[in-house]
Amino acid sequence: MPTKVEKDAITGTMTTGHEWDGIKELDTPLPKWWLYVFYATIAFSALWVVLYPAVPFVNSHTTGILGQTNRDDLAKALATPDPRQAEYRARIETASLDEIRSDASLLAFAMAGGKAAFNENCVACHRAGGAGAKGYPNLADDDWLWGGSLETIHQTVQHGIRNPDPDSRQSEMPKFGEGMLTAAQIADVADYVLSLNGETPSAEAVMRGKAVFAENCVACHGENAEGNRELGAPKLKNHIFVYGGDRATLVQTITGGRGGSMPSWKDRLDPATIKMLAVYVHQLGGGE
Amino acid sequence: MKLSHALIERNSLLLLVLILITVSIGGIVEIVPLFTIETTIERVEGVRPYSPLELAGRDIYIREGCYVCHSQQVRPLKDEAERYGHYSLAAESMYDHPFQWGSKRTGPDLARVGGKYSNEWHVAHLIDPRDVVPESIMPPYAFLAERTLKAKDIALHLEANRRVGVPYTDEMIKAAKEDLQAQADPNADTSALLARYPGATIVTPTRGPGTITEMDALVAYLQVLGTQVKFRDLPAAALKQ
Repeated sequence: MPTKVEKDAITGTMTTGHEWDGIKELDTPLPKWWLYVFYATIAFSALWVVLYPAVPFVNSHTTGILGQTNRDDLAKALATPDPRQAEYRARIETASLDEIRSDASLLAFAMAGGKAAFNENCVACHRAGGAGAKGYPNLADDDWLWGGSLETIHQTVQHGIRNPDPDSRQSEMPKFGEGMLTAAQIADVADYVLSLNGETPSAEAVMRGKAVFAENCVACHGENAEGNRELGAPKLKNHIFVYGGDRATLVQTITGGRGGSMPSWKDRLDPATIKMLAVYVHQLGGGE
Repeated sequence: MKLSHALIERNSLLLLVLILITVSIGGIVEIVPLFTIETTIERVEGVRPYSPLELAGRDIYIREGCYVCHSQQVRPLKDEAERYGHYSLAAESMYDHPFQWGSKRTGPDLARVGGKYSNEWHVAHLIDPRDVVPESIMPPYAFLAERTLKAKDIALHLEANRRVGVPYTDEMIKAAKEDLQAQADPNADTSALLARYPGATIVTPTRGPGTITEMDALVAYLQVLGTQVKFRDLPAAALKQ
């Protein structure tokens, strides 16, 4: 119990009134600046409660007179593009792919935007600059599986390849090793394909392989191994192989089949971004 | 007896009881509304319990500590929406026990990774991340492809999830083992599996038919992340807070 509150002679402040074995405690007041900042924070929080969502009830909560939510803020931010981009994005949304390509300023914008989107979404498989990797085609050369025009690239980016999107590109290289061809026949076909690409395996094997090829492979890859873009069947005589052109890989490909998959991007990216990507990929080097 | 300052300060048991009461009032006011306010968990369609293989893959994800470097929560900020996609909803992780939101991004957020890459890409990436992303600092998880998935008790695992509120049906629990195998078999009849778990990704077993590896389960789990709610068809009112 405080017994005797008194003024301390040395500091001039009051004591708390407690005394322990002759020791007294000063009741030094809080610094004025600190006290006013503290009061200000209390006033601030009261204001906050009025303006912003704050107080929970049983089934709902106060929404604040500003009605602000992070989700609404985001929707607004996404609906209002950067003013420096707005003009171009609007034009890209309405322009055809060819119009974008022939308009220098639109093309420059699409290349920059396409590169940003490519680096975030595509390089994981197709590598920097579209250089490609085993199983993921090179996008910078002029050899295309499904076509290299602006329209076909746009279609591929939108819907992808062999994925659940009903409009995705579909086809399947059969597993010839599962009851269709013998190991010897597969080896012969591999030799034949090698011979189309400047290698010189034994002439007999090539002859046998050519016959097997004519019976089993031409439906998709064409009589002259020129490929078929309707089916995404690659050309087999230009030294370019998605999975590798050495003998062992070719045998593996023919035996086990191939069917690489590319995701559908239409639900992930907005139409303008997909257009910019198509233009960017088209301009990487091999656009038709 | 008056409940005065002097009385409370000199009676430690009374002080303890009063502290407990005060703290629990604070807790109740902060926590209880989360269970009762209707907008806490958005009412959206499409969120389903994990398929048995996805659930097993989720266990691998947790065992390997993926959450230490990867968050699963896209925040409602413009930069994140542009990079990862739609912000995450509470509803999307309502069947996660525990949720994998995380708070650390050494690697990218994974809340919307499902469908972004192909199954083959995920396998190649988990075996050696540098193989497909040269600048990656992620450790390799090649051993997952060597380890056979231990899933003998998968039905019990579903049952345990049901006990904490995940709406697994009797049928789902009964078919857990078949569903698990069907999802890792491209030749299996998957209509029953897909009817129970729409949108489940069928994976090709990395070690050949008949053996399901931990890698296969993890890929099935990664492929379902963030794909269940179709945001394109979602009315804005459903996300009202």
